[in-house]
Amino acid sequence: MESGGFDTHIIFHSIPFLAKGMLLTLELTVLGIGGGLVFGTLLALCRLGKFRALAFAAGTYVNFFRSMPLILVIFWFYFLVPLVPKLLFGMEVEVGAFQSVLIAFIMFEAAYYCEIMRAGIQSVKVGQVHAGQALGLTYRQNMTHVVLPQAFRNMIPILMSQAIVLFQDTALVYVVGLSDFLYSADIVANSENRLMEMYITVAIVYFSMCSLAQFLVRNLQKKFSHE
Amino acid sequence: MNETKDTTGTDGGGMIEMNHVGKWYGEFQVLSNCSTSVNKGDVVVICGPSGSGKSTLIKVINGLEPFQEGTITFNGVSVGDRTTNLSKLRSQIGMVFQNFELFPHISIIENIKLAQMKVLGREDDEARNRSMELLERVGLSDQRDKYPAQLSGGQQQRVAIARGLAMDPIAMLFDEPTSALDPEMINEVLDVMTELANDGMTMMVVSHEMGFAKRVADRVIFMDEGYIVEDCSKDDFFGTPRGDRAQLFLSKILTH
Amino acid sequence: MEFTYNWDWAILFCTVEDTETGCIGPYFYWILEGLSWTIAVASAAWVIAFPLGSFFGILRTFDKPILVVVPFVKSPIYFRTRAIGTSKGIIWVNVAWFLHGFANVYVTIFRNVPLLVQLFLWYFVFPELLPDDAGMWVKRELPLPEFWTAVICLGLYSASRVAEQVRAGINSISRGQQYAAMAIGLTPVQVYRYVLLPVAFRIIIPPLTSDFLGVFKNSSLALTIGVLELTAMTRQIEEYSYQGFEAFTAATVLYIGVTAIVMVAMRVVEGRVRIPGMISLEAK
Repeated sequence: MESGGFDTHIIFHSIPFLAKGMLLTLELTVLGIGGGLVFGTLLALCRLGKFRALAFAAGTYVNFFRSMPLILVIFWFYFLVPLVPKLLFGMEVEVGAFQSVLIAFIMFEAAYYCEIMRAGIQSVKVGQVHAGQALGLTYRQNMTHVVLPQAFRNMIPILMSQAIVLFQDTALVYVVGLSDFLYSADIVANSENRLMEMYITVAIVYFSMCSLAQFLVRNLQKKFSHE
Repeated sequence: MNETKDTTGTDGGGMIEMNHVGKWYGEFQVLSNCSTSVNKGDVVVICGPSGSGKSTLIKVINGLEPFQEGTITFNGVSVGDRTTNLSKLRSQIGMVFQNFELFPHISIIENIKLAQMKVLGREDDEARNRSMELLERVGLSDQRDKYPAQLSGGQQQRVAIARGLAMDPIAMLFDEPTSALDPEMINEVLDVMTELANDGMTMMVVSHEMGFAKRVADRVIFMDEGYIVEDCSKDDFFGTPRGDRAQLFLSKILTH
Repeated sequence: MEFTYNWDWAILFCTVEDTETGCIGPYFYWILEGLSWTIAVASAAWVIAFPLGSFFGILRTFDKPILVVVPFVKSPIYFRTRAIGTSKGIIWVNVAWFLHGFANVYVTIFRNVPLLVQLFLWYFVFPELLPDDAGMWVKRELPLPEFWTAVICLGLYSASRVAEQVRAGINSISRGQQYAAMAIGLTPVQVYRYVLLPVAFRIIIPPLTSDFLGVFKNSSLALTIGVLELTAMTRQIEEYSYQGFEAFTAATVLYIGVTAIVMVAMRVVEGRVRIPGMISLEAK
């Protein structure tokens, strides 16, 4: 499809439209991270807690979601979530694509966050826990003042890397036609027949944002390790 | 490659010559103006407090660590020269490390054969025979097919010495060989080292084992904060050390 | 409005002959075909990713890179520096630095662009950038263009992941091991070959397994360019028969099944290559 050279004009022309898409991408990322962290923490606490049944359930959940491709999870929730209100409550509820996909992301990422946090908590040396106990701290005090602070310091760089991964994963909503950054670019590309320009733009934007984010994460890492 | 210096040098002075060697890690100076000379057959013990640079001193001799100032010659070959074939140089110096550093994924006898075959180009049989000789010498010939993780610390270190000897080196360097050992195993390693010294091997040993130094060493070097503070014969050192620092160090060590 | 869902598990196994159940096609075979494509894409991509990734990972452990872009661990093994005469006098250059820098660039690029975007670049943009003849060949003559595009894209992307694992594995080996290997006279290449790599690859078997499973899961992205792999097939079944639950369940079960099989296989491999007497290979 050799239709003229590289058309930068179309890129500038479509910036407002692409910006809307980027906004959706960022919304999805932030909400996904937030929900994933909260749910992931819950899962981690369950897995490490004292109730065998909960630990097993959490473990199964995590293994289940980590065995599946994200695309399949997105399809499941896109298909399934609108049906849930009908099945459970017999109600007709309009559930938008965004909500379904958001839930999919949260459920999926929670599994990964859970593992990161579990590893972080377990990376705190047993000796530290013993030292806390020897001083007379209760389990909760030990957790709050000894274990979790150290665990978080260890995990934060990895948590942030996972956040960047989530940011990249949001591009997959393409498969259900949600207008994120990539899909918006795709729309422009197909309507103006300028696939090359648009996809290269998308790549450059993602690359810049992710590189910047990696750079910030690394600086934060340096700061933490010097404390 | 081309331009490598032949390491069968002539005797110009000592076997190991260090002249005004200085080394920095970034801004921090680890070695300052270190000069010494080790002749063939000498046994030199290097001691000093933590952080004095003793391990670093040993490591610059065979080029494991680069240095920025001064010169080091081994058997006539300059260690710091960029064109020196370090691989060949190192095949003539055996080294024993504090943490043994046997290669965990191959058996004991393979550990000893590895460098013989890959660096010296010996055939499998020749390497095997030589390895068995050395294992017998250190008293571990029945462990030959075991893996390092299956041996005790003292056994591992003796294997490490055998590995160093396998290349038929003309000098041996020891970096705190007994510091990581349980007390009851220290002697088995020191015995092997004593035998080596009595057989005439040129040795430089970084160690806290003053008993060993008294018995076996010809000279003692005392280092502090990157400087060589004392460098004299054994009798002088233990009899009348000159500096305050060395005296302090000795007094603390010898009260054990 | 009443909601009903006709559960019909049999639909998965129906064949063309069972016309009375309203079955359109042999869905079971579709699922199998999808699974085969998934396995094909993943395996071919891994064949590219593993060697290439190991190569780049090893490069990233050389001394120091010419351009410090990402963090590196300075290795005590130093390769030969060569003199290059320039107008400013002789500068000492080390080939290893350039290789390290090159590997850094590779990994940085492939890790900071989403996989789906990379796939689109390969499929839509890459043929345009080739010189005319090659471009024509790719667009017209190349058999199974979607498959090969997916394989190359996934392979190169996964190589950057493998590179990171290999690099981490090598860097986790204690410096003492590297010193000992150098001290007995091994050249840098020999140090890698006989001491570092055998141990590093054993260390990284668990994270590498994760990466392999990642390749397998990422193969699902190929559906966006038309490869009829497992997820694509289930979507197709859902569209044809409206029995979405059954179709997606089948896919889910298969993905979980393959994951389980791979993990068991890896455990066997780990057991086989385990070093006698050692439980953990981590550096002290």
